[in-house]
Amino acid sequence: MVDLKVDIGGLELKNPVTTASGTFGFGEEFTDFVDLGLLGGIFVKGLTLKHREGNHYPRMAETASGMLNAVGLQNKGIDYFIDTIYPRIKTFDTEIFPNINGSVVEDYIKVAEKVNDIDGINALELNISCPNVKEGGMAFGVSCPSAVAVTEAVRNVFDGLLIVKLSPNVTDITEIAKGVEGAGADAVSLVNTFLGMAVDAQSRKPVLSTITGGLSGPAIKPIALRMVWQVYNAVKIPVLGIGGIMNATDAIEFMLAGSTAIQIGTANFIDPQVSMKVIDGIEDYCHENNISAIGDLVGAMEV
Amino acid sequence: MKKVQDFKVLGYRRLNKDNYILTLIGEEDIPRIWPGNFAEIKVPDSPDVFLRRPISVLDADYEKKTISFYIKAVGKGTLKLGRLSVGQKVNIVYPLGNHFVVGQQQKVLIVGGGSGIAPFISLGRELKSRNIDTTFLIGARTKEDVFLTGEFARYGRVELTTEDGSMGEKGLVTDHKVFSGTFDFDKVYTCGPDPMMKAVAKIAGAKGVDCEASLENMMACGIGACLCCVSPTKEGNKLVCAEGPVFNTKDLLW
Ligand SMILES: Cc1cc2nc3c(=O)[nH]c(=O)nc-3n(C[C@H](O)[C@H](O)[C@H](O)COP(=O)(O)OP(=O)(O)OC[C@H]3O[C@@H](n4cnc5c(N)ncnc54)[C@H](O)[C@@H]3O)c2cc1C
Ligand SMILES: Cc1cc2nc3c(=O)[nH]c(=O)nc-3n(C[C@H](O)[C@H](O)[C@H](O)COP(=O)(O)O)c2cc1C
Ligand code: FES
Repeated sequence: MVDLKVDIGGLELKNPVTTASGTFGFGEEFTDFVDLGLLGGIFVKGLTLKHREGNHYPRMAETASGMLNAVGLQNKGIDYFIDTIYPRIKTFDTEIFPNINGSVVEDYIKVAEKVNDIDGINALELNISCPNVKEGGMAFGVSCPSAVAVTEAVRNVFDGLLIVKLSPNVTDITEIAKGVEGAGADAVSLVNTFLGMAVDAQSRKPVLSTITGGLSGPAIKPIALRMVWQVYNAVKIPVLGIGGIMNATDAIEFMLAGSTAIQIGTANFIDPQVSMKVIDGIEDYCHENNISAIGDLVGAMEV
Repeated sequence: MKKVQDFKVLGYRRLNKDNYILTLIGEEDIPRIWPGNFAEIKVPDSPDVFLRRPISVLDADYEKKTISFYIKAVGKGTLKLGRLSVGQKVNIVYPLGNHFVVGQQQKVLIVGGGSGIAPFISLGRELKSRNIDTTFLIGARTKEDVFLTGEFARYGRVELTTEDGSMGEKGLVTDHKVFSGTFDFDKVYTCGPDPMMKAVAKIAGAKGVDCEASLENMMACGIGACLCCVSPTKEGNKLVCAEGPVFNTKDLLW
C-alpha cells in the first residue's frame, strides 16, 4: 500500500491530485467521467463578488501544444455559489477550494469573508494572477507590494488555509512568493497562465476578442517546472504545482521539483478522465520505485 | 450519459474532394443520441491538433455499434480525420450538447447549408416516425457541394438552391420559393453558416414561426467546463456546448 496522503500547510488531502480552477467547472460537469470522491480536491471556477458576464467571444485560440483563453472570470457571483452551487457539490467526498478574485482589495475581502462563513470549506485559493480582466486580477500578482497587501487583507478575514495563486508574468517569482509567505499565506499555487497572443494572418486580426489571453497546456510546462523549483527553494510553505500536466509522469516531475500537490488544468479538456489516470499512474510509479509515502517525492530531484 | 470511448475506423464514404462520411465502430453499447447532439473527436496521431474537434453525429446504429460523421475538411484536424486507415483507433467524447426539440408540429421546414446538414438525417427520421410533414431546403455553392439528398428524400420533400444555379433554384436558401407565397410551416430548424441561419431566423420570426438553430462556436472542452464557447443571448452569455448547440432563435440576440 502506498500512502498517497499529502499535507498542504495543515490540510490533509487524500492524494496530491487536484483539478485547476477554470478547467473543471464546479466538478459537476465531470460526474459522468470521473469519480470525484477519488480526487485530492477540486479548485472551482473563479468567483467574484458580483456576477460577471466575462469577455466577448472569441475567447479561445488553439496554439502549439496549448491554448490561449480569455474567459475573463465569467461567473454568477459568490452569493450564487454559496446559495445554489455549493449545496449541490458539498456532498462530493473531496476537498472543494473556492478560487477568489477581485478588482480592488475590498472586493477580495468581501468575498473571503463570505467564503469564511461557508460550512465545510477549509481553504481558499486567492487568485492574484488572472491575465484576462481589465482591472485587478494579475495586476495584484505582478508587483510585490500589492501581492502582499491583498494577501494580508484576506488573511485578516479568512481563518482557513490560504493558498495564493501566483502569476508567472513576473521577472522574479520568488520575490512575490516570499512576500505572500510573509503576509500569511499557508501555501502557494503556481503557475497561472502566461500572457500570450494569437494573430490571424488571413484576416489580419487578433484571434481573441481581448487581443491578449492566457497560455496554458504542455507548452508552458518547462517554465512552470522551473518556477516551482525556484519557489520551492525560496519559501517554507507548501507549493502546489500547475502548468501543462497531461499525465502521471508530468505530475511526478512537478513533485520532484518541489510540489506537495498538483493541479491538472487544460488536460481535462483533452481527456475528461485524465485526473483518474494521473492518480493511478502515481500509485504505480510509487510501487515500481518502492516509495511507501508519496511525500517522499516532494523536492526529491537529485541535483 | 456522456462517455469517453475508443472506436475504430470502419470506413469512409467520399462525397467529393473535401467532404466525407467517416464511420466508426466500437465494442461498447452506444448511448441514446438525439438529433443535434455532437461528439468531441480526438484527432489521432496529430500532435499539432491539440484540442478535440466538435462534430455533429450524423447517424448511429445501436445494433452494429457504429457511429458516423459528415465532415467537411476545412483545416488540419478535419483534413487528418479524412485520412485515417481502416482499423485505426479514434477516441471520442459523446453524446454532447442539447438537441432539436420535436413537439406537436404538423409541417416543418429544415434549412441546412454546408456541413450544417449533418444533424438533419436523424432529425428527419424522427419527424417521419411521428408522421410530421417535412421539407428539407438545402443550400450549396454548386451542384458539386450538394450531398445526402437521397437520404433526405426518404424522410420528406427536398428542395435545393445553388449559388451558381447548377442545381435547384439559383441563389441563396432565403431566395427560395418556399419563403414566398403561403408559408404554412409551424416550425423551422436550421444549421449552417451564421449569416444563413440569421437570415432564416429573421424570416421565421417575421412569419411568427418557431425556429431552432444549431450554432458552431469554437470549443475547447465541449462539456461546459471552460466557458470558451459562449454565445450572447437575451439571458446573458450561454454555453454553446452545454446549453446549446441548439437554441430557439427568439432567445438569441440576432
Ligand atoms: C457543435 C458543433 C458541431 C459541428 N458539426 C460539424 C459537422 O458535423 N461536420 C463538420 O464538418 N464540421 C462541424 N463543425 C465544425 C468543426 O468543428 C470545425 O470545422 C473544425 O473544428 C475545424 O477544425 P480543423 O482542425 O479542421 O480546422 P482548424 O485548422 O482548426 O481551422 C480551420 C478554419 O476553420 C475554422 N474553425 C475552427 N473551428 C471551428 C468551429 N468549431 N466552427 C467553425 N469554424 C471553425 C477556423 O477559424 C479556421 O478558419 C461543428 C462545430 C460545432 C461547434
Ligand atoms: C479556460 C481556462 C480558464 C481558467 N480560469 C481560471 C480561473 O478562473 N481562476 C484561476 O485561478 N485560474 C484559471 N485558469 C488557469 C488554470 O487554473 C491553470 O493555472 C493554468 O491553465 C495552467 O495550468 P494547465 O497548463 O494545466 O492548464 C484557467 C485556465 C483555462 C485554460
Ligand atoms: S467548450 Fe468548454 S464550455 Fe463550451
